[in-house]
Amino acid sequence: MIQTIDLSSVLRRSVCELYSNLVTRPTGVAVRTEIELLVSERSGATLTVIDFTHVGLLDYSCADEVVAKLLLRTTKGFFICRGLHEAHVDAIETALARYELALVVEAADGARCLLGPLGRDERMAWDCVTKLGRADADGVADALRVEPELASGFLETLANRRVLMRAGPHYLRLP
Amino acid sequence: MTQIISLPLSLDDASFEQVFQALAPIAPDDKILLDARHTRWATPYGLTVLLTVAQTRQAKPEFVPPEADDTTSYWARTGFFGHAEKLFDIRKPVPKSRPGPESHVLLEITEISKVDDIHTVVGRIQERAQKILSSELNIDGAASIRFVTTLSEVCQNVVEHAEKSGWVAVQTYQWKKRLGRRVVQIAVSDGGMGFRRSLEKLDGREAPAPGDRWDDGMALEEAVIRGVSRFRDRGRGQGLANARNFLGKWSGKLSIRSGTARIAVVPSWDDDSALLQSLPYFPGAQVLITIPERIGE
Repeated sequence: MIQTIDLSSVLRRSVCELYSNLVTRPTGVAVRTEIELLVSERSGATLTVIDFTHVGLLDYSCADEVVAKLLLRTTKGFFICRGLHEAHVDAIETALARYELALVVEAADGARCLLGPLGRDERMAWDCVTKLGRADADGVADALRVEPELASGFLETLANRRVLMRAGPHYLRLP
Repeated sequence: MTQIISLPLSLDDASFEQVFQALAPIAPDDKILLDARHTRWATPYGLTVLLTVAQTRQAKPEFVPPEADDTTSYWARTGFFGHAEKLFDIRKPVPKSRPGPESHVLLEITEISKVDDIHTVVGRIQERAQKILSSELNIDGAASIRFVTTLSEVCQNVVEHAEKSGWVAVQTYQWKKRLGRRVVQIAVSDGGMGFRRSLEKLDGREAPAPGDRWDDGMALEEAVIRGVSRFRDRGRGQGLANARNFLGKWSGKLSIRSGTARIAVVPSWDDDSALLQSLPYFPGAQVLITIPERIGE
């Protein structure tokens, strides 16, 4: 089940009607708590799309709470962020790097990419599964011309960081 | 007896050391009078730290404003007298003008005591910062945004660590003599517990062994260079580290004075010392960020 959360609405609802900037740690904590509540209300495997479109600034403290801590604490679901500006990306990358996390980001045209400290090979494996929609380690190994064990390692890393889904021996891109 | 401290002609981070020197031997409950009659110029650092000086005194200090009309008028437009009237007994009438449309004052002197104040500061500066930094300092839009987030992080240090209110101001200047370029300066000052005492509150922190170095200078090094925070959380302590990264890209300078030490991240255009110790004691933390105009690659 896919749920889209408009972050600026959450900000105004949980902190102050007048705010459009995600700044300060207490603001981040309040917004994250609200997102966690919305996610916990859904049962089963959830995919949550967090929409930053109407968010002005995002400082590092807020990126740490709203993105990194959300990923660390909400261990069941999957997340995609969309509507990011360049400055949002910078703060989020910094927060992800701190904990070795990864995140799928969707651009306005629907194209997706990865943020976070991942190696070139892992990114290529993710691209491969994203293009195919579904693949196993052998398929990715063929595409990347690497040993299946190596491909399997890349895919496990990506699945552990919840930027791919596992389905038996297969790995799926996020819907 | 009231102790009189004459303020220098130009009141900036360097000349303010004379004021700290004069303040150091005076007991906190002694009455002081700050005499700014001959002062002609003050940076955001000078004005915000003056307000902090008043907050650190147990007896309300007196203040003699500058004699030059253009100086008092300018200080009024930065919002200085609006705050100073509450903290000092001002010996002479001062211009009542509210902070006005001053193109190089990006942010009038603003008090920070709670999280809401940071939202206000960020909201107020956002639009002006983008316009002025781009037109006057050739700092692009994305960097202007990082400038504002840096401001937000530095202000958060006051709310989270000082346990007292602080002051922030942002201005652009023409630094003809020193650099031959325009600069933008952020000054944030508080008279709170300072870096050393804040880090001493870290849970589980062991007291330094006899003979181990532990002082204001080391506390500043831990916080600014190594990103140590009093909070155990891994995501903490990154505000100043990120500010350093941003300033590194834009040849900016960061200096932080706390207690008896001052640390600086010094760009190539400056020859300041990276760490100064055994300075006259002054409580809290005084942060100064300077970013110069971008010159063509």
